[in-house]
Amino acid sequence: MTSPAHLVLEDGSVFAGQGFGAEAEAHGEVVFTTSMTGYQEALTDPSFAGQILSMTFPLQGNYGVNRFDTESRRVQVRGFVVREACDLPSHWRSEGTLHDYLASAGIPAIEGVDTRALTRRLRSAGVMMGAITREEPEQALARLREAPRYEGSDFVREVSASEPFTWRGRGPRIKHNVVVLDLGVKHNILRILRGLGCRATAVPASTSADEILSLRPDGVVLSPGPGDPALLDYAVATAQGLLGRTPIFGICLGHQVLARAWGASTFKLKFGHRGANHPVRETANDRVTITAQNHGYAIDPDGLPAAVEVSHVHLNDGTCEGLRHRELPAFTIQYHSEASPGPHDNRYLFEQFLELVEEARETR
Amino acid sequence: MTKPAKVLIIGSGPIVIGQAAEFDYAGAQACKAMREEGVTSVLVNSNPATIMTDEGVADIVYIEPLTVELITRIIERERPDGLLPTLGGQTGLNLAVDLAEAGVLDKYDVRMLGTPLKTIRMAEDRDLFSRLLAEIGEPAPEGTTVTSLSEARTVAKRIGLPLVVRPAYTLGGTGGGFASTMEELERIVSSGLAASPIGQVLVERSLLGWKEIEYEVMRDGADTCIIVCNMENFDAMGVHTGDSIVVAPSQTLSDKEYQMLRSASMRIIRALGVEGGCNVQFALAPRPEIAGWATPKGEGDPPYFVIEVNPRVSRSSALASKATGYPIARVAAKIAVGKRLDEIPNAVTQKTTAAFEPAMDYVVVKIPRWPFDKFPLGERELGTQMKATGEVMAIDRTFEAAFQKAVRSLEQGGRSLLWEDPKWREDETRDGPMPATDDRLWRLMAALRRDAEPLELARASGVDPWFLQKLARIVAMERRLLAETLSPELLREAKRLGFSDEQVGVLADRLPERVRQTRLQWGIRPVYKMVDTCAAEFDAATPYFYSTYEEENEAKPLAGKKALVIGSGPIRIGQGIEFDYCSVHAVWALQEAGYHALIANSNPETVSTDFDTSDRLYFEPLDEESVRDILDNETGEGDQTPPPSIVQFGGQTAINLAGPLHMAGMPILGSSAEAIDMAEDRGRFEEFLAKLGIPQPPGAAITNIEEAISTAEAIHYPVLVRPSYVLGGRAMEIVQNAEELKRYVAAAAAAAPDKPILIDKYLEGREVEVDAVCDGQEVLIPGIMEHIERAGVHSGDSLAVYPPINLTDEEIATVVDYTERIALALQVDGLMNAQFVIVRSKEASNVYVLEVNPRSSRTVPFISKVTGVPLVRLATHVMLGKSLREQGYQGGLWPKQSLVAVKAPAFSMAKLGGVDTYLGPEMKSTGEVMGVDKNFPAALAKALLSAELALPPGGAVLLSIADKHKQEATPIIRRLAQAGFRLYATEGTAAMIDALGLPVEQVTKRLSEGHPNVVDVIHDGTVDGVINIPEGRVTGTLRDGFHIRRAAVEKRIPCFTSLDTARAATDALLAGVQTYTVQPLRAYLE
Repeated sequence: MTSPAHLVLEDGSVFAGQGFGAEAEAHGEVVFTTSMTGYQEALTDPSFAGQILSMTFPLQGNYGVNRFDTESRRVQVRGFVVREACDLPSHWRSEGTLHDYLASAGIPAIEGVDTRALTRRLRSAGVMMGAITREEPEQALARLREAPRYEGSDFVREVSASEPFTWRGRGPRIKHNVVVLDLGVKHNILRILRGLGCRATAVPASTSADEILSLRPDGVVLSPGPGDPALLDYAVATAQGLLGRTPIFGICLGHQVLARAWGASTFKLKFGHRGANHPVRETANDRVTITAQNHGYAIDPDGLPAAVEVSHVHLNDGTCEGLRHRELPAFTIQYHSEASPGPHDNRYLFEQFLELVEEARETR
Repeated sequence: MTKPAKVLIIGSGPIVIGQAAEFDYAGAQACKAMREEGVTSVLVNSNPATIMTDEGVADIVYIEPLTVELITRIIERERPDGLLPTLGGQTGLNLAVDLAEAGVLDKYDVRMLGTPLKTIRMAEDRDLFSRLLAEIGEPAPEGTTVTSLSEARTVAKRIGLPLVVRPAYTLGGTGGGFASTMEELERIVSSGLAASPIGQVLVERSLLGWKEIEYEVMRDGADTCIIVCNMENFDAMGVHTGDSIVVAPSQTLSDKEYQMLRSASMRIIRALGVEGGCNVQFALAPRPEIAGWATPKGEGDPPYFVIEVNPRVSRSSALASKATGYPIARVAAKIAVGKRLDEIPNAVTQKTTAAFEPAMDYVVVKIPRWPFDKFPLGERELGTQMKATGEVMAIDRTFEAAFQKAVRSLEQGGRSLLWEDPKWREDETRDGPMPATDDRLWRLMAALRRDAEPLELARASGVDPWFLQKLARIVAMERRLLAETLSPELLREAKRLGFSDEQVGVLADRLPERVRQTRLQWGIRPVYKMVDTCAAEFDAATPYFYSTYEEENEAKPLAGKKALVIGSGPIRIGQGIEFDYCSVHAVWALQEAGYHALIANSNPETVSTDFDTSDRLYFEPLDEESVRDILDNETGEGDQTPPPSIVQFGGQTAINLAGPLHMAGMPILGSSAEAIDMAEDRGRFEEFLAKLGIPQPPGAAITNIEEAISTAEAIHYPVLVRPSYVLGGRAMEIVQNAEELKRYVAAAAAAAPDKPILIDKYLEGREVEVDAVCDGQEVLIPGIMEHIERAGVHSGDSLAVYPPINLTDEEIATVVDYTERIALALQVDGLMNAQFVIVRSKEASNVYVLEVNPRSSRTVPFISKVTGVPLVRLATHVMLGKSLREQGYQGGLWPKQSLVAVKAPAFSMAKLGGVDTYLGPEMKSTGEVMGVDKNFPAALAKALLSAELALPPGGAVLLSIADKHKQEATPIIRRLAQAGFRLYATEGTAAMIDALGLPVEQVTKRLSEGHPNVVDVIHDGTVDGVINIPEGRVTGTLRDGFHIRRAAVEKRIPCFTSLDTARAATDALLAGVQTYTVQPLRAYLE
């Protein structure tokens, strides 16, 4: 099962390890997350499409994998980098090992890597393209240089549902009809909405505002997803078309899309925010909550109209973490209120969204 | 909230099981926080061996007994406007509650800072807490508080056995336990009711075998809440968390479970209204298929139960702080004076704030250090009552490596992970339950070596299979090392799994030094990674490192002058917090001299392992391999030699490294390895003293029984026997005859073959002790300490007084002369401790040398504080080449101070079932207190009060005194009667008291012959103290009076086994109590 493998970065750095998962070569943007739990949720998070994910916590796969902890229908990462992958997991829900899971998904992975050295490299040089290979590093580097770059690729089209679908899960009596623009939705958003009495219908990313409105939604969630928001003019147009006509809640990429619809520009962060420990301050009450984050781009609030206020700020670097329209029923957060993985501190935002939905229904 | 101007911080008193160095760390951090906030700190503690009681740390220091009365007087004098209740452990918390309830806080307008009183009450009172949990929908195991045995029986009928019993308001689970039968229930409830200050115990459903998980939570006044760390216990529910192997972060919890418990912790801390730090403990249902002996999860049960909340900083929070780099105590102190989490900068990253959750990119393993090497006859099974005196922590990037480093850090007499008890060869380890004991981790390894299946072992032990699979991987590597030829690949893999060179050597059949040399040739060296709270996400400035075998080294050699201070490892009997105090002072002195101070240590509880203390902290085992690796790592490209090490301050742990470091050509600051060996090698030392013409008790080192008997006959019984190279008087005995001697020699030979045994004439005289600093020209002796007990009671267990009260000027002059001559002739460079016995006869008074140690001692903090001579600082500067005169001091005996200070031992016997409390040459105390005042009776009274050895005025005393000592006891008995004590006595003693014409009630010591017997009068509270002086001074075989002594311990009343202590306690009672002063330590020195 183990054979020598390497992680090669486009700047020429090489990290040695042993291969596991699929015996293939992977190319992608190499990013790290500091979340200590939730590897299966992360592997299946569509926001990681096009990326090779490195876990800063060294021991992965301890509690195995199962059919419940998935956030989409498949493994989304291009490759997986860990210090140690557990081949004898222990958990009452475990149905298999990381290795088998990745192998059957066709995803290559590497263990035994000095992932801390890798993190330090990415933190100082910024995220970059890389390859997981079981072949000669030099040749892999040459192939990597030929491979399509992360930037400039629209991964949303890859991960979004091709057909609308309604979440079939247990929940209380249906009170609201919520449409989720699937830019790479995590299933937990749908689960939470269903749990709060919503019919949650995900629609393809390319769905137009009129098509969505024809579904008579009580509110629309713009979902998280992968990649550069600057490439998503079609989704921005949809958001523009929805504004003022239905309550909107934008999460992560959905936040960036709505921000663009309001006129803000976006930029790439050096190494992104990925982890389960990001402190965010709510400007209205100065309260700080710990959030789950997974984004490589952020918005520049300078271009925003006066009607839109910055509602949340990242405590560490001061970047914008949320927006709220002063008049219209629309707000956004840059982080993941659905968690999974990560802290559950921000689930209240779904409830706030449903309050907007109810208010809108009363005034309708 | 307005910021207070002056805050009172209450310390946790002496080191006892359940309250160790972690509260010195917490208190020191709190003082630092107050200073940063511009708040004056007033600190009170009875324990002098603490950094928090240094004037450089707190602003105003009181070393006084921790009682409501004394603290009230301090409040009266200082008029603080705030009190920090949550940093002094359970002791500090209970006192704060008592002060509030006594109306003292209201009267003097002192605010309780941080977590409000209401919250403390709610968290500590089981019923209130259960009600709160029910209100917020958090599941708690069914249970009820009871205040009597009959109530407990009723509860047992309702809930059913097994049950767990927890006393309210105690530390370290004192007096609790599991009961699976009615008899057990009755026994445990009785002891629990006695242990609880409010006479209340909780009887609840047992969750034996469930996973035990802890969360460390912080909350500020603005309701921002964060988790610092979660921790998973290797040992399942049923073992006190202080006695569990603990891993951080949790390893077998999925994100769903992790977050479920995280959210629950936050709901609880919010409902309680904690402002500061808080610890929440959960039981999580185990894997159904392994729950062999666990209490099964019932049909309707939730996935977890809330077990306990500590609304204060704790041992776990100290561990979490060291495990993550997040300073919980410091942040809690700042929250208490009104700061919000996001207003407190993160000292590690210097970019972020305290409002975040640390991300770890390594695994931390903690293993408790138990005292059963000293108490082999103690009950070694682990349960709800904590028994460990200390703990070690290790950090690495795999569980196996962290675990193995932690085992190495235990420093258990060379017991590596490969150790097996020969008894286990009978293969009994494979079948049946394997309950937790102090040696279970070795038993698990042994079973795995015999091909036990991890799942099977999980069923037998309740340990999650994940951990056992990891141990099985260690066993698999052992097999490879045994079978394969050592190659670079194999060695590297072994090092990545945490194998020491020594283990590799044993398995691959090479000397450890050969393994090391081969390893270095192959370029296999550890790298050092930083503990930075953020998993390398941000550039951090913490100088806090651990070793691992990976690619990138983050600890480049520090440029400039530097030295490594070797710490003292886990707190154990004989090597306590005193040595951490010394290590920290050595660091400060180095820095003062313009050096970078590096420190190596393995103990997470201490101030020395606070990353703020030194210029660089290496959190590593304190063995030759680790220390040499650190020194190699600090050797820069152009350096001729590695930086020097200081081995004088870390107790026996550090001094034992002198030889190996010297052999390896690594420089040592201070006394040479040669001087150390000279003092420790019996034969060489004898010659050395003979040359100086300084007498020592006659004796010899022997290696067989014939030599032993001939030596003993030559010098006459009684003789003192002990193994060479002692620590805390380990396995030392006073032997009266040849038969006892034979037994001792046989046992010692079995424990350590080939090691010589020392036999000395036992001289029953007055014992004195000195610490001194020598610069090669002059010897400064800050003071002489006189022991209250005659020689024969270990110096660590004796009451000691400074200045001496019974010595003649001539005797003092002799002690000073001997000390000076020995120090100069040994070429001591730095500190030295010497112990003497003075034997007076009609004609003369003779001073004999008992022991000389060219290193710091247990008494250094005490003598430094009471004389004002900064011993460690002077010694460190001396080692760096600055003479005493250059430092403004000179040789000779330092002028006597006008104060009197008494040091008293503190014991943890109540926690250690089966251990005899009789004091002898084997050290048994876990900590110490100091009483200081203007005269001896007052100082003594305070010391006894702090050590819980004071007799309450007007009470009753039980006496049982051997014939041999009856005459000597007479004046003490008369004084007790005179002081209004009612006397109870066993048969012979009663007859003797009766003959004195004093009223006495006889109770039988024959437990099977009627009531009331000796144990009855202790248990039912008839007597308030015991004086039990057994025949002779033999330990080990001494069972006479054992029941009396154990009963006294369990009832928590003073029990004196030496007439000297009893006399002192009686005198103190008569003279001292009414007259003591309360003032800052500094005022006594003026």
